[in-house]
Amino acid sequence: MLDSGGTNLGSVQYAFERLGVRAELSRDPERIRRASHVVLPGVGAAAPGMQRLRASGLDRLIPTLTQPVLGVCLGMQLLFEASEEGDTACLGILKGRLTRFDEARCGRVPHMGWNRIDGIRDSPLLAGLDRDAYAYFVHSYAAPVTSATVATCDYGGAFAAVVSERNFHGAQFHPERSAAVGARLLSNFLELS
Amino acid sequence: MLTRRIIPCLDVRDGQVVKGVRFRDHVVMGGIEELALRYRDEGADELVFYDITASPEGRSADPDWVRHVARHLDIPFCVAGGIRSVADAERILHAGADKVSVNSPALERPQLITELAEAFGVQCVVVGIDSQLVDGALRVHQYTGDPSRTVVAPRDTPAWVREAVERGAGEIVLNCMSSDGARNGYDIAQLRVVRAVCTVPLIASGGAGNAQHFADVFREADVDGALAASVFHSGTLPIPELKTFLRNQGIAIRP
Repeated sequence: MLDSGGTNLGSVQYAFERLGVRAELSRDPERIRRASHVVLPGVGAAAPGMQRLRASGLDRLIPTLTQPVLGVCLGMQLLFEASEEGDTACLGILKGRLTRFDEARCGRVPHMGWNRIDGIRDSPLLAGLDRDAYAYFVHSYAAPVTSATVATCDYGGAFAAVVSERNFHGAQFHPERSAAVGARLLSNFLELS
Repeated sequence: MLTRRIIPCLDVRDGQVVKGVRFRDHVVMGGIEELALRYRDEGADELVFYDITASPEGRSADPDWVRHVARHLDIPFCVAGGIRSVADAERILHAGADKVSVNSPALERPQLITELAEAFGVQCVVVGIDSQLVDGALRVHQYTGDPSRTVVAPRDTPAWVREAVERGAGEIVLNCMSSDGARNGYDIAQLRVVRAVCTVPLIASGGAGNAQHFADVFREADVDGALAASVFHSGTLPIPELKTFLRNQGIAIRP
C-alpha cells in the first residue's frame, strides 16, 4: 500500500487484514516494485493528493508499475488525466477528466451513502457481484464513463464506479466500508496476477 | 439510486454504550464492539459513536476504541465528542473513523469547520446540531451532553445550518431535542425547515419509535438518513424488519 498520506490508510489496511493479508505501507520504490499487488488509497482533495505523490516521487513510479494496481476513491481519481477539483493534473494513466457533481442535477453534493453498482461488465475484478450490489460512496467529483469503465453508478447521470485497464484498476466507492461487496472486490483484486 | 441510510447511534460513556431520555438519566445498553458488530450484521448502513461526556469534560473522544472498532467494522462510522481542533480530528480519523462530527466546539469557534474541511475534505466533516423551538423560533443549544451546562446558543438553527455548510460541513445531523428519546416520531416540521436550507446530506435524529416514523421522515422531510438509538438498542425494532418495511413502501433502501 502506497504511503500516500491521507486519513483512510488504516481503514484500507484493516480491510485487507480481514481478508488475511498484511498490506505493508511503503514509499520506497524498490519495495513497491517487488510487491505482488499495489494499492493507492486516498481521501481528500485532488491537488494535495497529487502534491503528496510528487513530494515522494510516487507520481513517476506509479505509471511504470506492472503488477496489479488498485486505486481507491481519490486513489482511483488520481489515475485519470486531470480533475476539475483545483484544476489539478493527475497521473494520466487513464483517459478522462473528473468533474464536480452538479447540484442542480444531482440534488445534494457530496454524493454520500450506499448506491447501486450498475452496468457491471465482465471483469475479474467484479466476479461474484450480483445485480443488486450496493457500495458506499463519498465524493464530490466523478470520473466519466469510458472504455476503462467496468461498472457504473447513477447520481444525476452515470459515472465510473469501477475502472480497469491493463494492470490498473480503481474503485470510486470505499471497498473498506462496503461490507461484503467491498470485501469481494478486494479479494477479487488479490486474485489478479 | 442513492439509498436512504439507517444509522444507529451509540452514545458512549466510560467505554460503554448508554442511552438517556431527553439527554438525562443514562442507562448502560452494552459494550461498544458488541453493539457495533450486531448492527453491522443486521444491515445498519452506518454507525455514529458519540462520546457524550467528552465535550463537557473538555477532552476529545478516545482513539483507542475508535481503532478497535475500525479494525472490525466494514461499514462507515462517524465519531463525535469533544473534537475541537484539527489535531483532535486527525487522531480520530487516523484511528480509522470515516468522519468526525463537531457540535459545541464549532459553536464556540465556527472557524473550526473551515479548518477541518481544508485539512480533510468536506466529506469527513459532519456538523451536529441540537435544536428545538424556543419562544417560537428554532434555536441551537450547546453543551447538551451535560444538562447542568446546556445553554441556548445565540443562533437560529436555519442560519447556523447555512453557515456550517458554507464553511465546509459535508453533512448535517439535526438532533431535534424536544422529540429525542420520546419515541413519538421525528420532528418533521423542524426537519423540513432545515431541509429547505441544507444543500448537503441531512440526517434526522431524535424521536424514532417505530418503522412508520422512519417512512414519514424520509417521505415528508426528504432527509438522507435517519438516526436512532433506543429503538434499536432495546430490540423494539430490528433493522432487517425496518428495512423490509421501508422497501415495501417504495423507499430506496439498501437490502
